[in-house]
Amino acid sequence: MPIAVVLILLVVGSLIFHFMSPWFFTPLASNWSQVDDTINITFWVTGFVFVAVNLFMAYAVIRYRYRKENRAVYDPENPKLETWLTVFTTVGVAAMLAPGLFVWAKFVDVPDNAMEVEAVAQQWHWSYRLPGEDGQFGNVNAKLITGDNPFGMDPDDPMGSDDVLVHSAELHLPIDQPVKINIRSKDVLHNFTVAQFRVKMDTVPGMVTYMWLTPTVEGRYEVLCEELCGVAHYAMRGAVVVEGRDQFDSWVAGNPTYAETLARPSGNAALGAAQYAVCAACHGQQGEGLQALNAPKLAGQSAWYLRKQLANYKAGIRGTHPDDTYGKQMAPMAMTLPNDQAVENVIAHIRSLPDNRPPATVQGDPGRGAKSYQVCAYCHGAGAQGVQALNAPRMAGMTDWYLQRQLENFKSGIRGEHPQDYYGLQMGFMAQTLQDEQELNDLIAYINTLQGDSAAAD
Amino acid sequence: MAYVAIADRDHEQHLHDPQTFIEKYIWSQDHKVIAIQYGVTAIFVGVIAMILSVMMRLQLGFPDSFSLINPENYYQFVTMHGMIMVIYLLTALFLGGFGNYLIPLMCGSRDMVFPFMNMLSYWVYLLSVIILLVSLFVPGGATGAGWTLYPPQAISDGTPGESLGIVLMLASLGVFIIAFTMGGLNYVTTVLQARCRGMTLMRMPLSVWGIFVATILGLLAFPALLVSAIMMLLDKLAHTSFFMPAMISAGEQLEHTGGSPILFQHLFWFFGHPEVYIVALPAFGIVSDVLATHARKNIFGYRMMVWAILAIGGLSFIVWAHHMYVSGMNPYFGFFFATTTLIIAVPTALKVYNWVLTLWQGNIHLRVPMLFAIGFIFTFIHGGLTGIFLGNVVIDLPLSDTYFVVAHFHMVMGVSPVLVVFAAIYHWYPKMTGRMFNETLGKWHFWMTLLGTYSIYLPMHYLGFQGVPRRYFAMGNTDFLPESAQALNASITISAIFVALTQLIFFYNMITSLRNGKKADSNPWGATTLEWQTPDTPPKHGNWGHDLPEVHRWAYDYSVPGQEQDFVPQNVPASEVPVGRDHGVHH
Repeated sequence: MPIAVVLILLVVGSLIFHFMSPWFFTPLASNWSQVDDTINITFWVTGFVFVAVNLFMAYAVIRYRYRKENRAVYDPENPKLETWLTVFTTVGVAAMLAPGLFVWAKFVDVPDNAMEVEAVAQQWHWSYRLPGEDGQFGNVNAKLITGDNPFGMDPDDPMGSDDVLVHSAELHLPIDQPVKINIRSKDVLHNFTVAQFRVKMDTVPGMVTYMWLTPTVEGRYEVLCEELCGVAHYAMRGAVVVEGRDQFDSWVAGNPTYAETLARPSGNAALGAAQYAVCAACHGQQGEGLQALNAPKLAGQSAWYLRKQLANYKAGIRGTHPDDTYGKQMAPMAMTLPNDQAVENVIAHIRSLPDNRPPATVQGDPGRGAKSYQVCAYCHGAGAQGVQALNAPRMAGMTDWYLQRQLENFKSGIRGEHPQDYYGLQMGFMAQTLQDEQELNDLIAYINTLQGDSAAAD
Repeated sequence: MAYVAIADRDHEQHLHDPQTFIEKYIWSQDHKVIAIQYGVTAIFVGVIAMILSVMMRLQLGFPDSFSLINPENYYQFVTMHGMIMVIYLLTALFLGGFGNYLIPLMCGSRDMVFPFMNMLSYWVYLLSVIILLVSLFVPGGATGAGWTLYPPQAISDGTPGESLGIVLMLASLGVFIIAFTMGGLNYVTTVLQARCRGMTLMRMPLSVWGIFVATILGLLAFPALLVSAIMMLLDKLAHTSFFMPAMISAGEQLEHTGGSPILFQHLFWFFGHPEVYIVALPAFGIVSDVLATHARKNIFGYRMMVWAILAIGGLSFIVWAHHMYVSGMNPYFGFFFATTTLIIAVPTALKVYNWVLTLWQGNIHLRVPMLFAIGFIFTFIHGGLTGIFLGNVVIDLPLSDTYFVVAHFHMVMGVSPVLVVFAAIYHWYPKMTGRMFNETLGKWHFWMTLLGTYSIYLPMHYLGFQGVPRRYFAMGNTDFLPESAQALNASITISAIFVALTQLIFFYNMITSLRNGKKADSNPWGATTLEWQTPDTPPKHGNWGHDLPEVHRWAYDYSVPGQEQDFVPQNVPASEVPVGRDHGVHH
C-alpha cells in the first residue's frame, strides 16, 4: 500500500520538478529550433507513457493488494490486448522518430552558402583557421606539426598562404550566416560543443569531421570539450563570439595569415639589450629577478612564454585585475615595447642572459609536494621544464616566491579570470585543487628540487 | 530418458559428493557454491566501485574541498567505477552468480554440464579481478581513460595510467572474457542439454530465458571487446597502428600512422551495446518470476515475453552506433541506427506492459522482493523513456556527453538492475541459506534505496538539459550555468552518500540473518518453479536426491481456477492437477 502512494507521489513529484526546475535548456542561439521541437514532442509522448503506466501500476497495487479472501485471476495471455498495445506503442515511437530523422536529414546536409571555418583541437586548447581570401583551406598534415607550425600547415601548398590562423581559443562568427565548422584534432579525441547552438561533434585525429549551424543571436558563448581527452579535459575551454559582419571582418583582419606568421621578425639581441635597460631596473641586469622589487627571474624562461605574457600585458589580458598590484606595475612597462620587432629583440636579449638557479626561499616538504606535482607534470613536464605544445611554462630553476604568488593569484582569481586568458583559466582550475598554503609550499619545495631547464628556446 | 546416467545410479552417487572442506567450499565444482563465490566476489568489487563513486560525488558536490581528490585521481575513479560496475559486478553477478545458481535448479539438473570448467571459470574471474585491483597500485596508477577506454587518449600522454594502468586493465578484461566464455558455454549447454524430463523450452521460467539469451549475447559480443583489447595492447606495447593515427602527443610526433580511433569505438560498442542487455535480460527474467510469485498470478503474456527477450537480444546487435552519433562517423549512419534503436523500444515497452498487467487482477503480497520488483518497474520505465531521447539521433546532439546521459544509463543500467539484484537476493535468500531475512530491515533498505537513488538521478537529467558535460572534474564559472546548479550538485552528493550508507542495512541484514534468521521452509513464497521443490533447503550437492524431478506444466500455474492451493509446482503431474494453461481461462 505505501508503495502505491509513493509511486503516485513520485510521478506527481517528477512532474512538479520538471515544470518548476530552473535547470533546463539554455536559450537557443542558432537555427536549430527544430531540435528543441523534437525534444518537446518526445517529452509529451514519453511523459504521457510515464504518467499513465505508473499510475496504472499504482492503481493495480492498491486495488489488488493481498487479501486473504481474494484470489488472483488466471489470465495467461490476451492476444487482442497485446496486439493493441504493440500497435499503440509503434505509433508512439514513429511519432517521435519521424521528426527526428527529418531534422537529422537537415543536419547532415550542409547548405551551399555556408562559410567554412576550422576548429583545431589539441590537449587542452582550441585554435581556429579560416580559409582566407581564396576561400580554400591549404593542406595540413599531422606530421608537419611543430612548435613553429602548430597547425601543421603544408608550406608547399599555395592555397594555405592566405589561411587565417587564430592562435586563440576564441572564434568569431558573423550573425545569420550559415557556417560549416570543420573539426580536426592534433592528438586525441575531443568534442566541439556550444550548449546554446544545440549541436556538437567529436574531433578525431586522422580525419576531419564537421557540423553546421547558423548563429542567430549575438553574444559570447562558451565552447566546451565534451569528449574525455585526458587529465585537463574539464579545463579545455574556448569561446565563440557571434557579432555583426563588420566586427567579424575586422576580427579576421586582426589575425595573421599563414604567410604573415612565416614572416615574423627575428629578434636582435644587441638591439634588445638597449630596450632591456628599462626592464633591468626591476628584473636585474642578468634577468635574475629581484624579490625586493617583486620582479621574477626572466633568464632561462622560454621565448614563447615571454612573448605570450608580454602580449597579454599589452592587450590588458593580464595586469588589469584591481588586486593584481604587481601586474598593474608591469602592464605599462610592457607598453614601452612599441611593436613586435621590439618584443622579439628584448626576448632575444633575455635568451642570451646566463641561466643561474636562484636561491630557494619557500619552505615545504618536497616529499608531499611530489604527490601534488603529479597533476602539474601532465603539462609542465616531469622536470618542470615547460612544454610549449601544451602552453605550459618552465617552473624549475625559476624564482620560487614568484611561483608561490602566481599560484595564489590563480587560486584566488586575481590571475586567469580575464575572459580572454584561456590558458590562465586552465591554470586557475588546476590551482583550485591546492587545499591550503602548506600544500602549495610543499609543491614549490618539490619544484625547487627539479632540474628541468627550458628546452624550447624560441 | 531411455537410460540412467552413471552418476544417477544409486551406488555411484555418493562417489561424486565432495568430501573435504576444500572440495566443498574452495575448489568446489558445485554450481551453488560457485554461484555464491561469484556473487560475493562481484559484490565485494561492487562495494569498492560504490566507494569510488562517493569520492567522485564529493568532488562534484563540494569542489576542491578534499586534497585526496585531484583531477588525476578523479578520472581514475570514474574509469574504475564504470568498468567495475558494468563488467565485474553486474555481468559477473547476473550470469556467474544468478546464472550459476538458478539454471540447474530451475531446469531440474544436477549441476552444470561441465562442473570442472565451471569451477575454473570462477577462479579465472577472480584472477581478472585481482589484476584489475592491482592496477590501482602500480606506478602511474589505474587508467583514467573512462570506462570506454577510447584510444588514442587511453594509451597516450595526458591520461592517467597510460603506461601500466591501461595494460593491466586490458589484460584483466582479456582474462575476464576467458572466464566468461568458460562459464557461458556451460550455461548455454546446460540449458539446451540438461533440462529435466518435461521441461520444454516454452515451459522454462523467464529467469532462465533471460539468463540464457544474455549468455548467448555475451558469447557473441565479448569477442569484439577481446579483439579490441588485443589490438590496443599491440598499439601500446608493439607500437602498431590499429587505432592510432599520425598524431602528436605532448608536442612530440608519434610513430603511428594510419590507425582509426573510430574503428575502436565500433568494436567497443559492438560489444558494449549488447552488454547493456547482457545485464538487462537476466534482470527482466528474474523480475518476471518475482512479480508472478508474489502477485500469485501467472506472468501475463508468457510467449510474448519470451519472444520479446529474443527480439531484444537480436536487435541489440544492430543498434551499437547510437553511442556514436557525434563520434565523427559517417553521419548517414544516424538514420539507420536511430531507426533500429527506436524499434527496440517496442518489445521493451511490451515487457513493461506485461509486468504491470501481471499485477492487474493479482493478489499482491508486498514483501521485500516484491517491493524491489515494483521499484524496478518504476525506475526502468523512467530510464527506458529517457533512452528514447538519446536514441533519437537529433536529440542526442544537445544531450550526448552531458549529465543527461549519465542519469539515463544509471537509471536504466545501474539502479534498475541493482534493484532486481536486491529483489533476487531477498527472493532466493531462504533457498540459498535456509534462513529468512529480517523483513523490517529489508523494507527500510528498499525505501531508502529507492527514494535515495531517485533523488540522485531525477535532478541529474536536468543538469544535462542545462548542458553540464559528463566527466568534468569541475565546472568553474561557466557562463550558462546558474549558481543554483552547484547547490543541486551538492544535494545529489548528499543523496549519494545516503544511498551508499543505506547499503550497510542490507549487509547487516544478510550477515546477521545467516545465524539469527528464522529457519526457512523449503518454499516460503509458495512458488511453482523447481528450485523451490528441492528435497533439502539449502539444496545439497546434486540438488535432487535420488530422483530427478519431472515437469508437467509451465512455470506460472498460480491461482489455477478450481484449485484450493493458489500455486501448482511445475513437477505436479497433470493427473493430480490439470495444467492451468491448457484448461484455464482464455480471452
